[in-house]
Amino acid sequence: MTFLQLENLHRAFGPVKALNGINIGLGEGEFLSLLGPSGCGKTTALRLVAGFDRPDQGRIVVDGKDITNVAPNKRDMGMVFQAYSLFPNMNARQNVEFGLRIRGKHKGEGRGRVDDLLELVGLSHAVDRYPHQLSGGMQQRVALARGLAIEPRVLLLDEPLSALDAKVRVQLREEIRRIQLELGITTLYVTHDQEEALAISDHVAVMYGGVIEQMGTPAEMYTAPATAFVAEFIGTMNRLDSTVVDGGTGEVEHSGLRLVVDAAKGRRNGERVLVLIRPESLELEAATNGAAPNSFNGEVLTQTFLGPVTRVKVTGSGTNLIADMSTARAAALPVGARVSAKIPSEGAKLISLPDDGPGLPVLDPDEQ
Amino acid sequence: MAPSAYVWLLLAAAYFLIPLYATLDFSLKENKAGAPCCTAHNYGWVIHNGDFWHTIKISFLLALETIVISLILFVPTIYWVHLKLPRLRPVIAFLALIPFIVPPIVMVVGLLRTFKGTPHWFYAEPWGFLAGAYVILAFPYMFFSLDAGFRSIDVHTLTEASQSLGAKWTTTLFRVILPNIRSAALAASFLTLAIVLGEFTIANLAAFHTFPIFLQYVNESQGFPAGALTLLSFVITWAAMLSLLLVGRKRGARSALITGAR
Repeated sequence: MTFLQLENLHRAFGPVKALNGINIGLGEGEFLSLLGPSGCGKTTALRLVAGFDRPDQGRIVVDGKDITNVAPNKRDMGMVFQAYSLFPNMNARQNVEFGLRIRGKHKGEGRGRVDDLLELVGLSHAVDRYPHQLSGGMQQRVALARGLAIEPRVLLLDEPLSALDAKVRVQLREEIRRIQLELGITTLYVTHDQEEALAISDHVAVMYGGVIEQMGTPAEMYTAPATAFVAEFIGTMNRLDSTVVDGGTGEVEHSGLRLVVDAAKGRRNGERVLVLIRPESLELEAATNGAAPNSFNGEVLTQTFLGPVTRVKVTGSGTNLIADMSTARAAALPVGARVSAKIPSEGAKLISLPDDGPGLPVLDPDEQ
Repeated sequence: MAPSAYVWLLLAAAYFLIPLYATLDFSLKENKAGAPCCTAHNYGWVIHNGDFWHTIKISFLLALETIVISLILFVPTIYWVHLKLPRLRPVIAFLALIPFIVPPIVMVVGLLRTFKGTPHWFYAEPWGFLAGAYVILAFPYMFFSLDAGFRSIDVHTLTEASQSLGAKWTTTLFRVILPNIRSAALAASFLTLAIVLGEFTIANLAAFHTFPIFLQYVNESQGFPAGALTLLSFVITWAAMLSLLLVGRKRGARSALITGAR
């Protein structure tokens, strides 16, 4: 049963449409991440749910009750902000206690709950510390405990990890997920970090230009992107703007390169399609004389060491492909080596493109 | 510290301390030929003067009234401007400069004309007319101090965090925002206190008998006691500021410390 429902939400700021009719249904206890680049509308959506802003159109329903016009202080939403938001004049305990104090529940059971929550976030040793005496990660932990103290109906997190360093970010995101599962609290999480979203969510909604491009489980989003934008945004993807040559056999053509792709079978001849291949699906080996079927011959342009995996960029005939392979095997293919990249016919995905017009939305490189 | 720094420090100290010493020296003399070097007679005269206590009481109460009215008016206003109407900030900053630009004589004539016809309790009493004028006079000091305080905290996030936890506007203002701008409010209060205790033009032109008026009267009529009165007023003003600081510190030491650490 749907616990949190966003129905046809619209919000414009002057001529800019921040939200253009988004629909989301989230079951009780589920964790949904709103993922997208800056300006896609994800924070606007979260602020509408929190009550800090009102939609121009549409409604927000929690547990069957329309809360679209309810004041933020009456919504019972716990929120963790991107900026450090602890009250500087209160110590960790007083911060966590604040919401309970407002409700007159800070004594007795409430006090026990504050202690439990501070223990849950691993800060029972720092209850008397003031925000300026806590690290960024600790501050966000206290903020999380503070948001949970009021037993909110929905927990809202607005890029809570973006100000933290990489190691703390990974550690804290796992803690957030652990706590969310432990308490079974319905959670809406905003992030621009696709790795973060995929790692901790039950569902991910990718947003772009004020609309939801695709919503699904992390695995679905990664393996079956429904739109060119999702394919571009989630993970790294090789994209080949191609034309179907033979819909019967699934043959497509890209810049003179002919490939057989299972997903192209049954497509209309001459149809423009985008062939999507994950870097880990490509098999690289030293080039031999003669072209193997479904292969792309080229030269190693760069190698990027990523620990156990090395990312190899291959170029040839005006096409660039990226392949991920074990670092040990990549050592045998130095920069400048002639290589052959085998493209599996069953591993590639296909997205239809308009017969005329651009293939993919162009993302800001910083946001990819 | 380099030796040259001591020289500059001494020069600066001399600039402030020599006039004070000269006043002290003057205040210890007596208006008689051949009188002994030092006497506390002038101080005795001041302390036993009823007008001194009467006018200083008026000025202090006026200062307190001005501080209270100004804080009640300006804290919520500046908070709201920072939160909801940031575009109005430059406009208010410009308005706050007007009391600096308009000469006091022009202001007092304007105020006298504006308030003419208002009830007697307002127009003829320092607690009404003068307090009103002093709130205007204190506006720039209040605005720029409080504005700096609000800019040192993340007003939006703190407000939204407080609201999401169930707090009303008033709770947010008094429990979250005010404690974090306490040092700015204290600074604004100090400045207001100093201005009201020293303001002469408006009180004189509006014919109110405040402490600066008394000081000026003594200065014109009795030279040596004027020195004692000047020094005493100096000490009293500093004592008042110190007590305000101590009261503020006692209640907001932690928040001041935290604001400083940001």
